[in-house]
Amino acid sequence: MKRKVTSVLLALGLAGTAAACGGGGGGSSEAAAQAKGPITVWYSNNAEEVAWAKQMVASWNSAHADQKVTGQEIPTGKSSEEVIGAAITAGNAPCLIFNTSPASVSQFQKQGGLVALDSFSDGKSYIEERSGKVAQQYKSTDGKYYQLPWKANPVMIFYNKKAFAKAGIDTAKPPLSTYDEFLATSRKVVAAGGAKYAIYPAPSNEFFQSWFDFYPLFAAETGGKQLIADGKSQFASEEGKKVAAFWRTLYAEKLASQEKYNGDSFVDGKAAMAIVGPWAIATYKGKVQWGAVPVPTSEGKPAAETYTFSDAKNVAMYSACKNRGTAWDVLKFATSKEQDGKFLQATGQMPLRDGVSTAYPEYFAKNPDYKAFADQAARTVEVPNVPNSITIWQTFRDAWSKSVIFGQQDPAAALDGAVQKVDQLASGS
Amino acid sequence: MSFHDYFFAAPGAIVDRPWVGFANYATVLSDPAVRRSFVNVGIFLLINVPLTVVLSLLLAWSLNAAIRWRGFFRVSYYVPYVTASVAVVGVWLFLFNSDGLVNSVLGPLAPDPSWLVNSKLAMPTVAIYVTWKQLGFFILLYLAALQNVSKDLYEAASMDGAGRWKSFRNVTVPGVRPATTLVVLLATVTGANLFTEPYLLTGGGGPDGASASPVLIMYQRGIEQGNPDVGSAIGVLLVIGVLILALIQRRLLDRES
Repeated sequence: MKRKVTSVLLALGLAGTAAACGGGGGGSSEAAAQAKGPITVWYSNNAEEVAWAKQMVASWNSAHADQKVTGQEIPTGKSSEEVIGAAITAGNAPCLIFNTSPASVSQFQKQGGLVALDSFSDGKSYIEERSGKVAQQYKSTDGKYYQLPWKANPVMIFYNKKAFAKAGIDTAKPPLSTYDEFLATSRKVVAAGGAKYAIYPAPSNEFFQSWFDFYPLFAAETGGKQLIADGKSQFASEEGKKVAAFWRTLYAEKLASQEKYNGDSFVDGKAAMAIVGPWAIATYKGKVQWGAVPVPTSEGKPAAETYTFSDAKNVAMYSACKNRGTAWDVLKFATSKEQDGKFLQATGQMPLRDGVSTAYPEYFAKNPDYKAFADQAARTVEVPNVPNSITIWQTFRDAWSKSVIFGQQDPAAALDGAVQKVDQLASGS
Repeated sequence: MSFHDYFFAAPGAIVDRPWVGFANYATVLSDPAVRRSFVNVGIFLLINVPLTVVLSLLLAWSLNAAIRWRGFFRVSYYVPYVTASVAVVGVWLFLFNSDGLVNSVLGPLAPDPSWLVNSKLAMPTVAIYVTWKQLGFFILLYLAALQNVSKDLYEAASMDGAGRWKSFRNVTVPGVRPATTLVVLLATVTGANLFTEPYLLTGGGGPDGASASPVLIMYQRGIEQGNPDVGSAIGVLLVIGVLILALIQRRLLDRES
């Protein structure tokens, strides 16, 4: 009898767990788009963005006592995307997240976790007026905007002036424009002991790591193409293969390391160059004398024609939000010209605002180092907004890792081999 | 979940999750990365489980004897077990990278490519790391078991002329057999759940998937890529595999006793 009771209790426990895992009820209301009241927003946890977000929230709250905004950092997890995905499923996502990765938007959208910003009467026009033609890259496959393009970190090549000087390389205009120049400079700086490695992009296998080795150079080489266009892979093109061959040479000659580095290889002097956006400048302050140039291309395109990866983070409105009217107003307030200026001032990251380099002349006069990034922000390429985006990037990364980093397959063959699977994924199957 | 086209959705979202039978299992079994991860974890268990049993028993036996600094040694072996993985992984990265302490000591004998980026050595290195990190817990189990081995048996063995090694083989090993069954089972179950080490130590199961574990692939497919149906199919296969393994181990250990 006792055994039976125990079995029944265990079965009930399992059933309860299964029920808890099942779908829930509830529903969003049309009226929510107009609803006003208190809301919660999440933002990134780096010190500069936290400082900006706190002043933005305080500024809003001081003028809107009846629509109080509560701000908090995104809860800790393996990644922000994982935490946001869990919050969507649990139904407790905040109204706005000022750190939504464009690569995750298609997944969040499929989960029913996002609000189309076109549902606000001025949604589409606000986004397109603020960001200009760059905004088109952030449209979902249904033609709607589920994210507001917020800020970019256009990826460029940083170089350590001391390491270059040690190798006798011109530190004002280093020869890094073409692949041949880049390789020659790399060999020179390593041979002269400027650093153990010329450049040190993370060689690990996370899906997003290709955004900081392959993708900026692919954007530059192709004059602004995305990884996928019209549902078809672009990376196995002649240009993509040139990029792969370039990186393979760096790894084969040990000018780049296959090993994961526990720290910042550029700050620690392990690498003479880094491939990163302007967010990193704050971490280099007082540690590295750096310069920055656009990413190289095979033939050495002029800076004014060189594209790169945007490394953008956007703002999305989540479907758990009850007071969407307030959320939309806060979103416009937080991305107004004034707040964008404060954001630029606090973080050095580029608001995804049309003509950012001319919109804040005082800032760029005081901070000339950032001018190149503002110019570059006009020529950025985003990750394609397609179904299965993260699976596509992981598939690409696996092929890249095997061939380019570890040399176990011909890079061109590896890219060709990934095309079929990526095309199938991009079609949504 | 594994029998549906399932994905996580917001409460109230109208989504279609049709029954797909064994389609997710077919996807999983036809995925070379998944198949490789099961082979990888097999290699891991082949190294980790015997090494855990042998080392923890020998060390527990040594630490049970009246030696100087016994308390210090017991605590020392337990410290890695209670230290956060992220911190310990940082130390091992420092030890085992190409410029690390281990390669400096080995000099020309150091492997190239280095340990954690060498497709043949990455998984054994992970297995040794996990053995070392978990050792304190298993030593504790054996220390507890050793308290139940009657001192009379050691005295009797000694009177029969058995030396230290013979006492160990004929008294200690049979005396702690129930604990050995537990250690083998726990080491197998925790080993099959390997995640943190390939995630952090070898940068996402590298090089080229040589240290990817089924749980890491589950995380990638199920959580990162939003395919919990495929992730759960991997999980079900892993549970079945561990149950079969545990059954075999139990049969073997019971037969021996």
